[in-house]
Amino acid sequence: MDITGRKLFVRALLEEGVDTIFGYPGGMVTDIMDELYKQEDIRLVLPRHEQALVHEAEGYAKSTGKTGVCLVTSGPGATNTITGLADAHYDNIPLVCFTGQVPLNLIGNDAFQEVDIVGMTRSITKYGVTVRDRKDLGRVIKMAFHIARTGKPGPVLVDLPKDIQTQTGDGRYPETISIRGYKPNEGVHVGQLKKAYKLLKAAHKPLILAGGGILLGGAQEELRKFAETMRAPVVTTVMGKGALPSDHPYYIGNSGMHGRYAANIAVSECDVLFSIGTRFNDRITGDLNEFAPKAKIVHIDIDTAAISRNVVVDVPIVADAKLALEKLNEWAEPKNTKAWLQEIRAWDAENPLEMRRDKGMTPQMIMEAVNREFDSCIITTDVGQHQMWATQYLEFGGEKQFITSGGLGTMGFGFPAAVGAKIGNPDKQVICITGDGGFQMNMQEMATAVTEGAPVMICLLNNQYLGMVRQMQQLFYGKRYEATCLRRRITCPENCKGKNGECPPYLPDFMQFAKAYGAHGIRVEREEDIAAALKEARAYTDAPTVIEFIISSDELVLPMVQGGNPMSKMILK
Amino acid sequence: MKNRWIALYVENQVGVLAKVSGLFSGKSYNLQSLTVGTTEDETVSRMTICVASDDITFEQIKKQLNRMVEVIKVIDLTNVPLHMKEILFAKALNCSTADKEELFQIAQVFQVEVADIGKDSVLLECKLTERRNNELIALLRSKFKNIEVVRGGAVAIESISTSCR
Repeated sequence: MDITGRKLFVRALLEEGVDTIFGYPGGMVTDIMDELYKQEDIRLVLPRHEQALVHEAEGYAKSTGKTGVCLVTSGPGATNTITGLADAHYDNIPLVCFTGQVPLNLIGNDAFQEVDIVGMTRSITKYGVTVRDRKDLGRVIKMAFHIARTGKPGPVLVDLPKDIQTQTGDGRYPETISIRGYKPNEGVHVGQLKKAYKLLKAAHKPLILAGGGILLGGAQEELRKFAETMRAPVVTTVMGKGALPSDHPYYIGNSGMHGRYAANIAVSECDVLFSIGTRFNDRITGDLNEFAPKAKIVHIDIDTAAISRNVVVDVPIVADAKLALEKLNEWAEPKNTKAWLQEIRAWDAENPLEMRRDKGMTPQMIMEAVNREFDSCIITTDVGQHQMWATQYLEFGGEKQFITSGGLGTMGFGFPAAVGAKIGNPDKQVICITGDGGFQMNMQEMATAVTEGAPVMICLLNNQYLGMVRQMQQLFYGKRYEATCLRRRITCPENCKGKNGECPPYLPDFMQFAKAYGAHGIRVEREEDIAAALKEARAYTDAPTVIEFIISSDELVLPMVQGGNPMSKMILK
Repeated sequence: MKNRWIALYVENQVGVLAKVSGLFSGKSYNLQSLTVGTTEDETVSRMTICVASDDITFEQIKKQLNRMVEVIKVIDLTNVPLHMKEILFAKALNCSTADKEELFQIAQVFQVEVADIGKDSVLLECKLTERRNNELIALLRSKFKNIEVVRGGAVAIESISTSCR
């Protein structure tokens, strides 16, 4: 039976098992919105900005394992999603983003709220298409979900002209789809894998580098088993944090720009680097010529194009992390790595990850309190210093999940991602660790959190600066704090070198802000109040809570490797 | 850096050319020429692409192309026996009678057609290999002050028993 496009749209979502979509109305999606009004199986979440909308879908998708679904209108509705789509693209989050579009006969006329969104997002989506014929609608939606969630996941954009939504046509939604140009890799080359295994087996100083692919592929258990059997130490990337529980005896820490000293030295000293599910981003490698200089490198990744792009490797293997590790576990045999593990522990003792404890509250104390207070939770972060402190000091594994913007590094990601995660996991504690800069980039989402009943806990580390850039200014730019002081006003002296007795008050007052939205606000200035604040916030289940931690502006993220330097060259103090 | 050729089978759909060319600009790959047309199957287009790159970048280019949903098949033509031709129009203007005579001689030697002629101009229509076209242009440039050149980029197909590239 023939039905309208808008009816088929809803049918398709139901067939795909979608129960929640993140949508913002506008002229070119009114028909679909009207159709959603008439049904009860799909919940429509109304954010307050389309960028945050996509981050919410990302948080939802990452925390539930489902595909996030976005619905926005044409023009500005569509362009506002761009940052979110790019974020999802870099961090491989399965999303299907539907954008309204002007009717087919107006496309190209510079019609009101018309943009070529498919063209604009071509390099930041896995696939994007405008539906130009009503008969294609079902197949295109099927394709979109299939592409978004299979292989290396990613965002898919489907542009829906208004007349496609209203036209009648075939009412069937395909059950399966075959795309001749899209065949995700499903097997693993056993010969190559064997070669890799032999290399690891023969190594004296083996090291496993685990990336976000372990978490995307759900291979945590297989990794643990493999590392334990081989007795091989493990370092992670930022996106791979939690791939092995952080309290595991073989876990060293994060490697990379703000990695743990012992982890970076281990990468520089190992003789076989066995990497799984990482694309060797520059934040991990530093100077490519000096990366793992003594090691033979094995690289397992699901994406062919990720292999030998940044780092030329000795054994490339295209495979899903879980499949590869399952196979490796069939062969794995214990190795004697005692001396090597001791060497690594000695490096860690030499330069442990530790912030001062002499005066006042530090970010480390906040992270440690979060570790103590919550056994089971989802933690999101924004981008900046607090994010690096979170990756350094938070403990993950088991019932704790970490969601951060690793690839694009999107300020404003953390809070909406937490709201999305809470909507997908109403019974779980969801904590957003954020900074005063990043939080302000999407704090309008407090309305979404309150109205949608998503009582997340926001741990806002307020140092009154855009701290990560301030850190660079302090270390490399002669303390010239251009555009990083968030207290600065037009009345401040030029060339201010930092705090003095006459600084204007900080804006906004986050306690008043929380109150204005009907949320809770707790301000913490002393170490002894951290635990009580977390407990109090946990008790508020009716609305979100902002815990504002007032921290020192001078706090640095250390160790640090300056961009382009080798990973062994760390600034430690 | 050397020139390499790829034959690319893609979906014959709106935006695919933009996506392929966008990949080259977005990732700073050095695109030399790109031609596109439909194949015996009208839902499929075939592109012939020439890029200048080193080995590692070329491997990466092929992988990136392969990764696109709209790309059906990537064939590396760099070391494959094939027939490759490029269409080229070369118009010589402000020619003297001697110039025109010389152009006819050149046409004969290069085995290209004189497609049009006027009082003081000659139009050559050439279907040669890219390299031969380059040589022809170099020759025309050295001999004539006022020439106008339009070239279409190479198209290529794998050989059956003979090869010409």
